[in-house]
Amino acid sequence: MSEQIPPRGRVDPVAVEEASAPTTGETPPDEPRSSAFLRDLMGGSAAISVLAVVLALAVGGVLIALTNEDVQSAAGYFFSRPSDMFQAIWDAVFGAYRALFQGSVYDFRRDTFAAGIRPLTETLTFATPLIAAGLGVALAFRVGLFNIGGRGQMLIAAACAGWVGFSLELPYGVHLFVAVLAGVLGGAVWGGIVGLLKARTGAHEVIVTIMLNFVALYLVSFLLRTPVLQAPGSNNPKTPPMADTAVFPPLLGPAYNVHAGLLFVIAATIYVWYLLGRSSMGFQFRAVGENPNAARVAGINVKNVYVVAMLISGGLVGLAGVSQVLGTITTGFGSGIDAGIGFDAITVALLGRSRPWGVFFAGILFGAFKAGGFSMQAAEGIPVDIVLVVQSLIVLFIAAPPLVRTIFRLPTPGQPAAPRSKKKAVTT
Amino acid sequence: MTTLTRTQDAQSPIVLEKAEIRSWKAPIALAVFVAIGAVIFIGFGREGESTFVLSRRGDAIQLPAIVAPTLATCIAIVLLLAAITAWSAYLSYRAHKTPVWALGAFGFLFVVGFLTWAAAGASLPVSGLLIGTLGISVPLIFGALGGVISERAGVVNVAIEGQLLAGAFVAAVVASVTRQPLLGLAAAMLAGVLVSFVLAAFAIKYLVDQVIVGVVLNVLVAGLTSFLFSQVLTEDTALLNSPPGFDPINIPILSEIPILGPVLFRQTIIVYVMYFAIAAVWFGLYRTRWGLRVRSVGEHPQAADTVGINVASTRFWNVSLAGAIAGFGGAYLTLDAVGSFNKEMTAGAGFIALAAVIFGRWDPIKATLAALLFGFATNLQNVLSIIGSPVPSEFMLMLPYVVTIFAVAGLVGKSRPPAADGKPYIKS
Repeated sequence: MSEQIPPRGRVDPVAVEEASAPTTGETPPDEPRSSAFLRDLMGGSAAISVLAVVLALAVGGVLIALTNEDVQSAAGYFFSRPSDMFQAIWDAVFGAYRALFQGSVYDFRRDTFAAGIRPLTETLTFATPLIAAGLGVALAFRVGLFNIGGRGQMLIAAACAGWVGFSLELPYGVHLFVAVLAGVLGGAVWGGIVGLLKARTGAHEVIVTIMLNFVALYLVSFLLRTPVLQAPGSNNPKTPPMADTAVFPPLLGPAYNVHAGLLFVIAATIYVWYLLGRSSMGFQFRAVGENPNAARVAGINVKNVYVVAMLISGGLVGLAGVSQVLGTITTGFGSGIDAGIGFDAITVALLGRSRPWGVFFAGILFGAFKAGGFSMQAAEGIPVDIVLVVQSLIVLFIAAPPLVRTIFRLPTPGQPAAPRSKKKAVTT
Repeated sequence: MTTLTRTQDAQSPIVLEKAEIRSWKAPIALAVFVAIGAVIFIGFGREGESTFVLSRRGDAIQLPAIVAPTLATCIAIVLLLAAITAWSAYLSYRAHKTPVWALGAFGFLFVVGFLTWAAAGASLPVSGLLIGTLGISVPLIFGALGGVISERAGVVNVAIEGQLLAGAFVAAVVASVTRQPLLGLAAAMLAGVLVSFVLAAFAIKYLVDQVIVGVVLNVLVAGLTSFLFSQVLTEDTALLNSPPGFDPINIPILSEIPILGPVLFRQTIIVYVMYFAIAAVWFGLYRTRWGLRVRSVGEHPQAADTVGINVASTRFWNVSLAGAIAGFGGAYLTLDAVGSFNKEMTAGAGFIALAAVIFGRWDPIKATLAALLFGFATNLQNVLSIIGSPVPSEFMLMLPYVVTIFAVAGLVGKSRPPAADGKPYIKS
């Protein structure tokens, strides 16, 4: 119970610094417009995002340096030759991030542009399901629902799309369309169950989505052992390869992995943008997300909104599953087809602040980290898990702009727009 | 499902309003279970005898094994279940609530029926089933207790997974290096507290959405521990990742109680601490000044502030306490259950613990029971796969999660979190 004593000494210095920020940044009335612009630019959300990425990469660099063997051995004789250690740190960190860049954006070691740009297309391939699933999670967030059920929704969608993909025989074009539709519907049903239970019985969506993840996993695992999904004549729990007519065609020719699923995802992003920002249903979604009680009083059918929102959310996550089976891994899939994307999608949605285009670019960024992380592991022997650290730090820093401002001593943009600081300034 | 009838006496000077609420949720849910039971136990009825082995070799008091004719027992149990359901329907008709003990009895009977059916022609080791259950439940219970405290103080704790994982990692490393498991335990608590510090700092000071911080912290800890595991721990497993475990301590007389003795009282110190922690958290929350403060801060921070409770520091230190408890639970994995650290070894246990918190309606005892239920469900499959299960193992694996969904939807219904859970408090 002694823990009750407030930790004055620990908290104060930062708090004081933050409280003093508004006074130092206060604008004199005759300030030239250019410097006001500069301040907004430096303190605004774009700068915060960039600085958050820089900060996260810096922390990742520290981790890489600390665990690097050359650095450790050079640290042994640091006082006799300190330059060795700095050289080792530079080599380790620069080498790692160069590999990350070469694996995700452009590989300078290749002769032609066509070969050099290949990593960027890999990034887009990885980003495709991340964006789709991220959109689904983000949409649920906007309605005030926490959809951790991405894994289950992806698995069901993959199973539906996959089954249509390898067992039906349909003409070119129609087949792909039907397969995509089946997958999206599968995901939507799996998500819709959650919305229905939440609306009808009040069951908490976190419990139901977690439970449905397991149900979907075991259901698909079971089907993978039966003739429904299992490849004939095989003992492995794996499906046969998809029919050629059902596969997403490659966007940039057969040399690259990026597939037409990306176009579907772009369309989905536009759809979510329209739905949330321009449609009356989206207005209802946002109203329920802000305050379900107020929305109910205003005449919005909250239960209905929960069901519809989870249907759409599940469908979007389902699209991620579809893009996995019809685009990325078309040679047949097992129960690990979701590849953790259902959970990654949560971070993508958070980084994108649940805005459709924010999610889109967050998905591309995380796709780049995924693509680059593997080449970093291959080239420099740095475990791919460092990517998780950097990703989570980025989200953490972006979520807390005051922290980044404090670290880089940035001014707070637009004084009156920061009510928290203002209150503090008034009370002190 | 709920009908509301109001009777109002117009003659009376004081307006008396009597609300009779008939909720049909419980009988409907029970009826669903009876139907499931009837179909499985009788429809797919199995001949033979089910043997329940109650004592293990070496127990002081040897109980004879119970041998029950499978089909007859199943029919009897289904009839009993139907009787309870009918009684529950009658109670609902009279606008009474179905008592909790009746639901408990129903659940117990259902499980017994299921075990009888599954163990047809085989013998089921009851002690083994329960010992395994407790083993799987320990980290879940610690995590759930941490979740209860944190959420009662008004901070949503999605970071249980991260706290468990951090505890497991640090416990393994510290105990290996120092060869002192007790130091490992202390370090695990410290690691959990550190994760909590970040959660608390971002949630309370920077007012970041608590779910976001929680999710991101899970990813961060998973990334950090996996990175360090691959980069550092695997380099020297003998030094860094071979912690000395705790030896089980037999409590002299209690450990000889038939069935329950070996389950509850032949455990390591971590499990005994758990018994104490459950009781202490319950007592602390409902019977002490500390608990009153925690609950008031979580329910109505403004009122708490008015009477002089420092909301921010109360929340901060209780979230830290929650981290310590969850970290302790993580140590169980490396110092007792498994014996070394592995990448992402918690495997979603933190999310199950979160579900247990919600399922247990933010109450330490009920959350513990929910955690035990999940542990039982997981372990049941392990045991049944040994004695040979009558249905595809995937369905056995799926069943507990399906049952949980039905239970949450039908019996628990809308669970009400602490009023200020997840809402930052801004002192005005």
